[in-house]
Amino acid sequence: MHELSIMEGVLNMVRESAEQNNINKINEINLVIGKLSMVLPDSLSFCFQALSVHEEMFQNAVLKIEERDTMIQCAICEQQFTLEDGWCLVCPGCGGSNVSIISGREMYLDYYEGDDN
Amino acid sequence: MVQINMESNLLGANELLARRNRSAFAEQRLLVINLMSSPGSGKTTILERSIEFLAGRLQMGVIEGDLYTDQDAQRIEKKGVQVIQINTEGACHLDAGMVGKAFEQLPSAAVEMIFIENVGNLVCPAEFDLGEDFRAVVISTTEGNDKLSKYPLIFHQARVILLNKIDLLPFTDFSLDKFKEDLAQINPSATVFLVSGRTGEGIDIWIEWLLEEVKKKRP
Repeated sequence: MHELSIMEGVLNMVRESAEQNNINKINEINLVIGKLSMVLPDSLSFCFQALSVHEEMFQNAVLKIEERDTMIQCAICEQQFTLEDGWCLVCPGCGGSNVSIISGREMYLDYYEGDDN
Repeated sequence: MVQINMESNLLGANELLARRNRSAFAEQRLLVINLMSSPGSGKTTILERSIEFLAGRLQMGVIEGDLYTDQDAQRIEKKGVQVIQINTEGACHLDAGMVGKAFEQLPSAAVEMIFIENVGNLVCPAEFDLGEDFRAVVISTTEGNDKLSKYPLIFHQARVILLNKIDLLPFTDFSLDKFKEDLAQINPSATVFLVSGRTGEGIDIWIEWLLEEVKKKRP
């Protein structure tokens, strides 16, 4: 549901930066989205289509989304694990419950590509 | 072809405003609670009960988030508490900008605590920091056990979980054991209160805990 406002923010950031760098045509936008974030890549892509269709600058732009796996690290045994499915913050190694999330909550605009004037 | 590296947080604008709110709250030594849940879990009823229990012991304000109506704000106002309504006009969550503006309108004299009642939704509000001290999430026995595993992020981030409608427990399939088991995996350090907004059961324990938290702000 909030993907629309998030995508608007992405386009604003790209537009602003492109202006500063004399770029008038965007070819590619790259986002990194962690699997624990409450943002759906499909929904982001849909919102991107809807928002970019009427804007000359984004006419040929492609949205690429890199999804990041969920990784946790145990504070006791210091092992790192990738969580395949679901959300279990118990260390699979030693059973400790003092684990921290080291990846999976990412939500950022990594880079974009464009043509300059 | 040029490549421009950005590494910009998609919620950067919100996080900046949340930091601003947090320092404004800290300046007045306010305890600020972001109250979240799905629609119908009983957030407003718990808030009404909490206000009754706090009457005469604490000055508080409420920032009330709703999509369209001010029905909840009217309910709170009837309890004699300062309340500012935010209508998100269809947006699924409160953001730090909306809360900052509402806070400026709140007649601040001698308020020690603010409840922010978020829009009823277990998904989107979880991503938006409002500048609060902590998040309290309400879940009710009638919603079923699966809410924790379906919406783990919001429960993971909560410092307090209020299990509401505890009076209805015998009439539901809700399992307290399963609830505790799931919570041990998602958020083992959460403080849990079993309450009933309807009967008032357990509200006193939650309020005593809350008053201790306010005291920590004003030693």
